[in-house]
Amino acid sequence: MSKARPGLLLLALFALVALPALTGKFYVELVAKIMIMAVFAMSLDLLVGVTGLVSLGHAAFFGLSGYMLVLAAPDKYAAVSLWTSLPLAVAASALLALVIGALALRTRGVYFIMVTLAFSQMVYFVFHDTRVAGGSDGTYLYTKPQTNIGSWATFDLANSTHFYYAMLVLLILSLAFLRILLASRFGHALRGIRSNEQRMRALGFNTYAYKLAAFTIAGAIAGLAGYFSAVQFGFVNPEMLSWHQSANVLLMVILGGMGNLIGAIVGAFALVLTQDLFSSLTKHWLLLMGGFVIAAVMLLPHGLTGGGLAWRNRLRGARGG
Amino acid sequence: MDLHTFLIQLLNGVQYGLLLFLVSSGLTLLFGIMGIINVAHGSFYMVGAYLAWSLAGMLDSFWLALPAGIALMVLIGLLLEASLIKRLYDRDHLHQVLLTYGLILMFEETRSLLWGDDVHGLQIPQLLSASFPLTETLSYPVYRLWISAVCLGVAALMVWVIQKTRLGMMIRAGAANREMVESLGIDIRLVFRVVFAAGIALAGLAGMIAAPVSAIFPGMGNQVLIVCFVVVVIGGIGSVSGALVAALLIGFIDTFGKVFLPDYSGMLVYLLMAVILVWRPEGLFRQRAA
Amino acid sequence: MAEALLAAKELTRRFGGLVAVDRVSLDLHRGEIHALIGTNGAGKSTLINLLAGELAASSGTISFRGEALARLRPERMARLGVGRTFQRSNVFAELSAFENCRLAAQARLPRAWAVHESAQRCETSNTAAARALDTVGLSPRGRVAASELSHGERRGLEIAMCLATDPHVLLLDEPLGGMGTEESRQVLGLLRSLRDGRAILLVEHDMDAVFAVADVITVMADGSVLASGPPERVRNDQAVRAAYLGETI
Repeated sequence: MSKARPGLLLLALFALVALPALTGKFYVELVAKIMIMAVFAMSLDLLVGVTGLVSLGHAAFFGLSGYMLVLAAPDKYAAVSLWTSLPLAVAASALLALVIGALALRTRGVYFIMVTLAFSQMVYFVFHDTRVAGGSDGTYLYTKPQTNIGSWATFDLANSTHFYYAMLVLLILSLAFLRILLASRFGHALRGIRSNEQRMRALGFNTYAYKLAAFTIAGAIAGLAGYFSAVQFGFVNPEMLSWHQSANVLLMVILGGMGNLIGAIVGAFALVLTQDLFSSLTKHWLLLMGGFVIAAVMLLPHGLTGGGLAWRNRLRGARGG
Repeated sequence: MDLHTFLIQLLNGVQYGLLLFLVSSGLTLLFGIMGIINVAHGSFYMVGAYLAWSLAGMLDSFWLALPAGIALMVLIGLLLEASLIKRLYDRDHLHQVLLTYGLILMFEETRSLLWGDDVHGLQIPQLLSASFPLTETLSYPVYRLWISAVCLGVAALMVWVIQKTRLGMMIRAGAANREMVESLGIDIRLVFRVVFAAGIALAGLAGMIAAPVSAIFPGMGNQVLIVCFVVVVIGGIGSVSGALVAALLIGFIDTFGKVFLPDYSGMLVYLLMAVILVWRPEGLFRQRAA
Repeated sequence: MAEALLAAKELTRRFGGLVAVDRVSLDLHRGEIHALIGTNGAGKSTLINLLAGELAASSGTISFRGEALARLRPERMARLGVGRTFQRSNVFAELSAFENCRLAAQARLPRAWAVHESAQRCETSNTAAARALDTVGLSPRGRVAASELSHGERRGLEIAMCLATDPHVLLLDEPLGGMGTEESRQVLGLLRSLRDGRAILLVEHDMDAVFAVADVITVMADGSVLASGPPERVRNDQAVRAAYLGETI
């Protein structure tokens, strides 16, 4: 970490804490959305930047969690408790990640990329083609989860400012958890796998088990983000699970710089703000977006924060053997 | 299901499978020979279909539109390779995926600008509009049989080029050992450019000949892309014969799946992939060298 | 003679039509340096890969402490206590020499799931890493990134990483490759000191080194064993002399 970094981070934190006092509802809600995406992006960074697993299907875990929230309500207008529905939703995402990971991790390199894409498409079709939760139209979440603990009314998720600070807490807690994880022997092993998996196995590490654990944890955290995304929008539809969503979050990770978690947060801010800017300029903003993506890949191979460690072409080595 | 319906579904399955093969062969060659994963490949299928629609309208003939469209696709492929793709050879897969994803976005919007977002249809050319009688009451469209024939012909041509020509030999050598080929004085970059353009043209051709029987709509590229990924994964990256077997397998499963289990047909293909991966994590016909 | 720590019996490996290793039997005993020599393409590296679990055998068995092993995998062999080095240095390029060894030392520590425990402050692995680096004489270079070490130093790091896992059996694939005379002598001295309590398989091209340090020599040619035994017997073996026609051994 460069000398300037801790100072910058503190400044950013201060800005985030102060934001609701300084701007109106629009920006409060926008930044809350970005913070949710940042958590989503950090979970993918754990896979891509730390362990070297490029997953093109991460949205499946994001979307499933949102759907679980909607499906958890016994009837349309009932409010579920945050404290029961959140663990349920996250557990569902973790379980899906465990199952998909167990199968997908039997493959490597490019196969892995394609297989994760295909599995998430399968999940997409479950929600798109069947009548579960509204099919391709999606379903509304009529009442936000209530957060009472016993008779203590804690905070109100329907209140933009409360929701914003809840998301800020979520972001900080997720970042802290992942930092601790990365500093542990488990985290060091994941980095070793990205660096040289063959050597890790020759030393005695059961790399499949490590990768599966990372995949499951990443899926769980993506589920955390997906749950609150559904809460914020009050609406779930199959697009949450689409591969455009997966590609979007992958872009955030690479734009911001991989492997150091902060990059994922920076990338989330950069991408969402850029999308907002472009879509306000023209109806055909995807053209600008495409150009932006290409430029970012060509000019910023290590992302805005320069990436954590030097990125080695490890994945290319998997081709042909 | 009676024999006649079965026969028709069988022929449909073969035709769909062969079309899939045509698109997938480009994808698997691109990866097997040049090490590039190109998620924009489906977009070229879409471009082919829209080109067929436009050119057939402008030139007032499907038969003129075909070579014109192929020529255009080859040109697009050459230009794209020379400007962007050639920078991807030494980058890792993540960058390749994202850069080609950017291409998808640009292709989609360009298509929206040039052709709009409506669904279009294209007339089957007069020459092939007859139906081949299977029984007294049932007949099968000649055009669909022609599609299968074209795909098989192209497949045979590919095998011939790769196995029997000097170009094919350079391609196979370049895939196995790029530096060696370069030190022999062969311009491997030119070979790659040709292969890329050919792969694109194959996808575009598939889009063009499929246009009269399937709707021409905005999402067609993405839809075909992901199924092609499954074909390539099941068949084994770099293996053209694997792609053929896998494509036919998927063609059957998808076609019959739509008949027997319409609600779940979308998922069947992925289920197949899951089953095969459990058995063979590197696809059915894994190539070692490329 | 005590039972072999690691033993191969009639080990064969085919690649299509090519028989890379042809019914090779080999015993590695504790306290012995067993050298494996042969011309290029004789199958030595393939044999090491078979013993290390990196490759599956086409037929034949591998036994550890007398028990035959089925379904070998590299991580399983390593956990049994079989360590190996690679012919081409296979380290973690971005990590420092010390971090390389520490990661190696952490491979067999229990409680990998204890995610709240910092890796940097893990006393066990820090000590093991420092000791491994010291044994190969790389302590002063501990903080240098592996990619910036000299070739000879990287070969030394290869050995240190292997040692950090505290193995009972060492499979060394041309550890002296590219080293100067002085460095080679140091490594040979190291091997002699490591011999106690461990079985060492040494694949090497340097004949002087081999004859200076080996207790047993096995000669391979075209995938099969030409001769095997104490150095002097091998040196005088007719078949070996014929195979090395013109070479002085």
